[in-house]
Amino acid sequence: MSFPAVLRSEWTKIRTVASTVWTLAAAAVVTVGMSALLCVFLNSQFENMPKEQQLAFDPTASSFAGMSLGQAAVIVFGVLVVGTEYSTGMIRTSLAAVPRRGSFLAGKLLVATALALAVGLVTSFVSFFTGQALLGEHSIGIGEPNVLRAVFGAGLYMAVIALFAMGLTMVLRSSMLALGILLPFVFLLSPILGSVDATQKVAYFFPNVAGSRIMQTVPAVLDGSEPPYGPWGGFGIMAAWAALAVVAGYAVLRKRDA
Amino acid sequence: MIELEALTKRFGAKTAVDNLSFQVKPGVVTGFLGPNGAGKSTTMRMMLDLDNPTSGTVRIDGKHYRDLSEPLKHIGALLDAKAMHGGRSAYNNLLCLAQSNRIPASRVGEVLDLVGLTAVAKKKSKGFSLGMGQRLGIAAALLGDPEILMFDEPVNGLDPEGILWIRNLMKGLAGEGRTVFVSSHLMSEMALTADHLIVIGQGKLLADMSMAEFIHQNSRSFVRLRSPQQEQLKDLLHAEGIAAAALPDSGALEVDGVASEQLGELAARHGIVLHELSPQRASLEEAFMRMTADSVEYQAHAPGAPAAGVGGQAGPADAPAWGAGAEATSKGGR
Repeated sequence: MSFPAVLRSEWTKIRTVASTVWTLAAAAVVTVGMSALLCVFLNSQFENMPKEQQLAFDPTASSFAGMSLGQAAVIVFGVLVVGTEYSTGMIRTSLAAVPRRGSFLAGKLLVATALALAVGLVTSFVSFFTGQALLGEHSIGIGEPNVLRAVFGAGLYMAVIALFAMGLTMVLRSSMLALGILLPFVFLLSPILGSVDATQKVAYFFPNVAGSRIMQTVPAVLDGSEPPYGPWGGFGIMAAWAALAVVAGYAVLRKRDA
Repeated sequence: MIELEALTKRFGAKTAVDNLSFQVKPGVVTGFLGPNGAGKSTTMRMMLDLDNPTSGTVRIDGKHYRDLSEPLKHIGALLDAKAMHGGRSAYNNLLCLAQSNRIPASRVGEVLDLVGLTAVAKKKSKGFSLGMGQRLGIAAALLGDPEILMFDEPVNGLDPEGILWIRNLMKGLAGEGRTVFVSSHLMSEMALTADHLIVIGQGKLLADMSMAEFIHQNSRSFVRLRSPQQEQLKDLLHAEGIAAAALPDSGALEVDGVASEQLGELAARHGIVLHELSPQRASLEEAFMRMTADSVEYQAHAPGAPAAGVGGQAGPADAPAWGAGAEATSKGGR
């Protein structure tokens, strides 16, 4: 089995389906657009903000605040890349062509994650510079401490959340099921558990919560509670979740009948 | 060449494929026959390494499927016509398969032309009719110009022209020396295409022989007699020690194992008028039903279920559905 051939095939699969192209485009547009809007708003309201908030203001994070919504599109992308193989029955044709499960899975995940990373990086850089331009005097330069790491990290976050979604869909073998778990998890469960003191420590270790730490340049001084890891530690936790999902997905692919 | 050795697949307590061993040889069309639910599709999925066997092995040209590098160049299969991404064009669906096995992109155009889909190559495959989907699946099977071809119920959903096309295609492929393995639940279809037959029922091998041998062994020949003096004829046959079965609706008699000439002369000698004296052959469909009915009877434990399930709809859920098959046969217009 020639692995470059598998990669080419998976690239063609992604490129020739409208849904994957549109979800990635939506991720970029939503992230940049929402972030820009928020920056315009923050810039105009900055003087009215309480002193503490002004001091803790993170212009970097503000310039990709739209990513919290944009990631929904990236999750949908990850779910669809894997899920449509099952919903269409294409998986049987695909596995007949590439019977080595490891090659098939690695090829698919590598191509889709690389694409999500490319789109994520472009999105985070465009979002950052657009946001800083709109923040006016409250903006920050990319050369300031931690800023480049945060912008780069935002792109990485997009790629890894996509990979996590792909791994989980591989386990569940259904787009609907995967979306039904992932979207409420990211948009309901994480914020709710993260805002309650008793459960906050648990929420710190959720992949999306831990991973988003890499996008922040200043510690969260306001509520006084800090997660027990740094930016890269948080990212590592998220990456570990993604790796776990992929390994579980591989086990399911090997064991279950297609 | 495909070799199955003691292939078995269990789903929980149900054995779908039971210790199946046979070989599929090149140069002929091998029909894989069995009622719906006999385990044909499961067997074919195991041949392609899509389902894991509970035990036993399948070898393709001596190798396990997973060890074939670029399997599409060895074996092409049509399992499920809808096993393509509907949002992708016919051309692109085939292109990603071709690329994975390093088949040149020019081959995609060739196979689309071969199955007559060139005009819709750029159309999304979700708009395809069942027949067009079937043709696209066949194009995918032919993509790697493989020596072995496998088709699961290829004539399903095709119009008469399409059915004829598939038959000729399969015969042509076998004529080129390829191995052609085709499943069906219709004996009539197999009789027209297959040179060799493998029959299964309830996952068990029931027959593995050439079509000619199957016909020779299984088609019962008899003579049908009709007479206005039926009672006299019956008495006469009885007196001669010839067993005759009366058909309830037509009033005709059927006689096994006596030549029609002999019967005609016998009637003439006793002055009995005959309106019909015709040698008959039971259809292969009937022979096939008798063969698989036994395996069903052996398996059916449910009390009150029809013994053979022939034509009945009241059988257990996993019993073969004969009603549909018989209906499709008569529609097929032999």
